[in-house]
Amino acid sequence: MQLSNFTLPLALDWILSAAQSRLNPVQQNLVSSANVSVPAASMTYTLPPLPYSYDALEPHFDAETMEIHHSKHHQTYVTNLNAALAGSEFSTLAVDEVITKLDQLPASKQTAVRNHGGGHANHSFFWKNLKPNTTLSSEGLKAAIERDFSSFEAFQQQFEKAAATVFGSGWAWLVKREGSLAIVTTKNQDSPLMGEAVAGASGFPIIGLDVWEHAYYLKFRNKRPDYIKAYWNVVNWDEASTRFAQSD
Amino acid sequence: MSMTLLKTGALRSALRASAPTASKRAALTLTTTRGKATLPDLPYDYAALEPTINGKIMELHHSKHHQTYVTSYNTASDKMQEALHNGDVQTQIATLPLLNFHGGGHTNHSLFWENLAPKNQGGGEPPSGALAKSIDDHFGSLEKMKEKFNTALAGIQGSGWAWLVQDSQTGALQIKTYANQDPVVGQFHPVLGIDAWEHAYYLQYENRKAEYFKNIWEVINWKAADKRFT
Repeated sequence: MQLSNFTLPLALDWILSAAQSRLNPVQQNLVSSANVSVPAASMTYTLPPLPYSYDALEPHFDAETMEIHHSKHHQTYVTNLNAALAGSEFSTLAVDEVITKLDQLPASKQTAVRNHGGGHANHSFFWKNLKPNTTLSSEGLKAAIERDFSSFEAFQQQFEKAAATVFGSGWAWLVKREGSLAIVTTKNQDSPLMGEAVAGASGFPIIGLDVWEHAYYLKFRNKRPDYIKAYWNVVNWDEASTRFAQSD
Repeated sequence: MSMTLLKTGALRSALRASAPTASKRAALTLTTTRGKATLPDLPYDYAALEPTINGKIMELHHSKHHQTYVTSYNTASDKMQEALHNGDVQTQIATLPLLNFHGGGHTNHSLFWENLAPKNQGGGEPPSGALAKSIDDHFGSLEKMKEKFNTALAGIQGSGWAWLVQDSQTGALQIKTYANQDPVVGQFHPVLGIDAWEHAYYLQYENRKAEYFKNIWEVINWKAADKRFT
């Protein structure tokens, strides 16, 4: 049963979203190949198709960046993760789980899996975290933001500041931990899922923003704050609300 | 016995004479005006390094990125001076990372512009003299050094720089990578640096950073590196 090669929820998610939204031809091929036989010898990680076409987030996030970001940068993380975990029993785990178990890996593998597993996990999350024209209507998440940040505007300001002041490459996140929301940042491809000891931050990601230069440079050049402002037009509040509801 | 030597001053003089002093090497002097850091002029036009690095990148890199480091360094520096004046230790400590990041950014880019040059100003011409010999001694050949350097560049995760550095105590050459804008300080001094931040190449090379690392040697100004080598 080839679907067992993927984390079942992920596979269903991809196939459902593929059925529901417009796809460009490349993504059509990726979806149909999910049903083709692959050798069951080892689990390999694969680039998930975008739930939308490369230009779906225009004019806020440009199509060229989305294409390079997905088909080149994310693909490279997947390729390198497969190389790092080739033949390892850990490769049967979903990437979100592998990155919580870095300390169980052989020492020689830990950095590669942190970087490339983190990259694969973060970007897989990011594509689903983006969608045009959603609004924050879920009472649960909206109320929690207003409770933990005093207002939605205050939350936005704090998130923008965190994202703008990451030194170098990294991510800004809204996370849920121990019942309340917090804004944290991580460097490089670290994820809050990796935990405090590794990433300096912990929590279940609700929304996240990639602030590596490759995420914005073609359109926004050096103006990271403009990119951060544009993010509010494409952040997927539907997905965020779902994640908020399913987390502790 | 050693105490006697120190007292007579003979050993002292000998030690002083052999210690590397700033005047023996072309230490970087950051451009300042009345104590404020300023953006140094490029020694060449923005388009001068084409086709290796295009004019658009050079313009953004110099007039926007480097300028931001200068401005932010001055802000952090003012904040630090005020906190020192007030004895406000917490603010001093909180300001240290900003000084490191922006001061490092200013230092690194100032060095970078100097160690790049268009071909008609010596860009790409191999090193000569003591530096060339030291590279051969430490790496086997210039080509082998470049290979090692590019491997270091490719291995940088996220943002950072790779430097050919010289150990101030032993004189030995080494290739080291530094994260973000961490400057080359302490035991090592910088000889030659290459910026591996995505902004240094993205508009032209996109994700193809190996290509950028391979090409940039065409515009490396070894004459500047020669001057930094002691």
